[in-house]
Amino acid sequence: MRKMLSLTALLGGLVAASTAQADITIGFVTSLSGPGSSIGIPYGRGIQAAMEYKNEVNGEKIKLIQLDDGSDPSAATRNARKLIEEEKVDLLIGTATAPSTIAMMAVATELKVPMIAVSPVIGQPNPTDQWGISVPQPASLLVKVVADRMKRDAMKNIGYIGFSDAWGDLVYNGAKAVETEDGIKVLTNERYARVDTSVTGQILKVLAVRPDAVLIGGSGTQGALPLLALGERGFKGKTYGTVALVNPDFVRVGGKAAEGIQVSAGPVIVAEQLPDNHFAKKLALEFRAAYQKANNLPSTDGFSAYSFDGWMIFTSAAARALKTAKPGTVEFRKALRDEILNTKELSGVHAVYNFKPGAYHGVDERALVIVRLVNGAWTYQP
Amino acid sequence: MTADIAAILAIDGIATGAVYALVAIGTVLIFTVTRVIFIPFGDIAAFTALTLAALDAKQLPGTIGLVVVLACMACLMEVVSLARAGELRAVPKALLFYLVLPLIVVGTVWLTMRFAPPMPLRIVLALLLILPISPLLDRIVFRPIADASVLLLLTVSVALHFALVGLGLLFFGPEGVRTEPLTSMAMEIAGVHVSGQTVLILTAALVFSGLLFLFFDFTLIGKALRATALNRTGARLMGIRPARAGTIAYLLGSLMAGVSGILIAPVNTIFYDSGFLLGLKAFVGAIVGGMTSYPGAALGAFGVGLLESFASFQSSTLKDVIVFSLLIPVLLWRSLASHHSEEEVEE
Repeated sequence: MRKMLSLTALLGGLVAASTAQADITIGFVTSLSGPGSSIGIPYGRGIQAAMEYKNEVNGEKIKLIQLDDGSDPSAATRNARKLIEEEKVDLLIGTATAPSTIAMMAVATELKVPMIAVSPVIGQPNPTDQWGISVPQPASLLVKVVADRMKRDAMKNIGYIGFSDAWGDLVYNGAKAVETEDGIKVLTNERYARVDTSVTGQILKVLAVRPDAVLIGGSGTQGALPLLALGERGFKGKTYGTVALVNPDFVRVGGKAAEGIQVSAGPVIVAEQLPDNHFAKKLALEFRAAYQKANNLPSTDGFSAYSFDGWMIFTSAAARALKTAKPGTVEFRKALRDEILNTKELSGVHAVYNFKPGAYHGVDERALVIVRLVNGAWTYQP
Repeated sequence: MTADIAAILAIDGIATGAVYALVAIGTVLIFTVTRVIFIPFGDIAAFTALTLAALDAKQLPGTIGLVVVLACMACLMEVVSLARAGELRAVPKALLFYLVLPLIVVGTVWLTMRFAPPMPLRIVLALLLILPISPLLDRIVFRPIADASVLLLLTVSVALHFALVGLGLLFFGPEGVRTEPLTSMAMEIAGVHVSGQTVLILTAALVFSGLLFLFFDFTLIGKALRATALNRTGARLMGIRPARAGTIAYLLGSLMAGVSGILIAPVNTIFYDSGFLLGLKAFVGAIVGGMTSYPGAALGAFGVGLLESFASFQSSTLKDVIVFSLLIPVLLWRSLASHHSEEEVEE
């Protein structure tokens, strides 16, 4: 038995030694279980699609190691350490929940490994020692684009109902930020939890201020609950939300009540409806084909596309970094970090990315379009 | 707050309370017969909703996998313990109860699914599929430690809840479900709009409480359950098997949880982990009733539902805080008002 073990170890070592020399190794963490899994599973599928689309840079093969953090920040921290110290990864990508992502970012900074976050990261990095960037549109931008649309639709009084968590706060504060004297006013701040069975009380309170429009600060399937309650009470005004609502189950559960809601979302959601000269059109259609091939399902969400864009940012930076250093070395990690922070006008499927030291996010308003739910399908509203 | 709004909130609260009441009555039932505070009760309700949604979508529900795995485990444990006790004659019977019966249920569901059954039949199938879970869990988890203290049983019960949530994610996936409304009727009562679903929930709660009352007072099995609840040793001397009484209690309790899951599925999105809060709030209701009285548990559960509804209007961010804060005065009042019965009586 012991002989067998040592032989296997030796063989394993040999295999590892022969592959680890030239491959670029990527450590990818996502939440395949726990409360973040409804977002984490699509992130995983997006990475598979990205590997399908491009699995080498300048002839160097890419090796991907995927771990599950169970939606738990401490597990994400352990995973990040393990990937860096044992697997010697050149880059971290992760993960599905904001607290876990921030925890991973701390490890990446400490151990000097570049990281591409696929969840929004709050706060300001240290400009002289920044190791990470974040792909998604920041919440403030998501809300700003929706609020601008409310202005354009001449909405005055807005009722707000959202989750009783950080996401609910982000959307509410974003809406408050665009309040003006003569224009939009946010009149209510009602909250509910993801597992609540009823929002009748909150909706009555929202309707009591006679709003022109209601803004929903929920996400996914449970974001439909206020819409259903509004429908029951015969609300005739407009409804608005953010990309967090966009998934097929939201449409299924919301049914007629969700009809007509307008949300700000990445252009990938309505890829085939974009005008031909739109930056995301061609790549988004290629992404969808790769996703279908890798996962045997059609791509319907925006989350998997964040992983894909993260991959685009990494491969374009790696192509430049390979000119100066070899994968698996400290120099390569540093070069990769510098090149990621040097990304200029890179078109992804969600946005055009421009990163520079001193900020995690590198997207502008081109990263968002307004889409409306018409007959159960998201339609592009230029 | 105007009278209209108060009326709407009251109706909403009563509907929520009725669902809690079903679960609370089931919790009390199981607790009095087996001394187990069955925390995973809410999970059973959520799994029923998820099962029904899968049947609606013509997919194979994940519950089938869960039941098969549990049946195999329970059967293995039973056969091993019988072999150890040298009672090999009882093995065929154990196989029948712990393996064949659950598998017959699974087989029935699997066969019926091919014919796209109508809604009422789908509800029956979902309930059938849920029923074996609790008795099997009882055999696997609680039977080996049946004589342990209430606190140990509670701790194990909490652990079991977390295991079930993990299994729920594995078998049902992370997305929430919502089923078709059972009825689209609506009526006006004194100028307030009441949906047929609310009436249905309330009716179900009342009918089940009534049935339970009749069952305990007018059937032999019911009386045997009450006897076990009062005094396990005495019941055993009278020829009642506590283990069997426990199984019956779990079956009945599962039925209550299952029905509440079916009723709640059209009104709300149910996730694999939605059960915990449902079970916890029903538990608060049951505690108000002192964990021993069915009418007390039902009233307590209605109270929790009403409190929750009004709290969500007054201060939606603090809603759950308000509901759970209710526990403190109730527990104080309970501990001051009741004389302590020694629960850990030596048998």
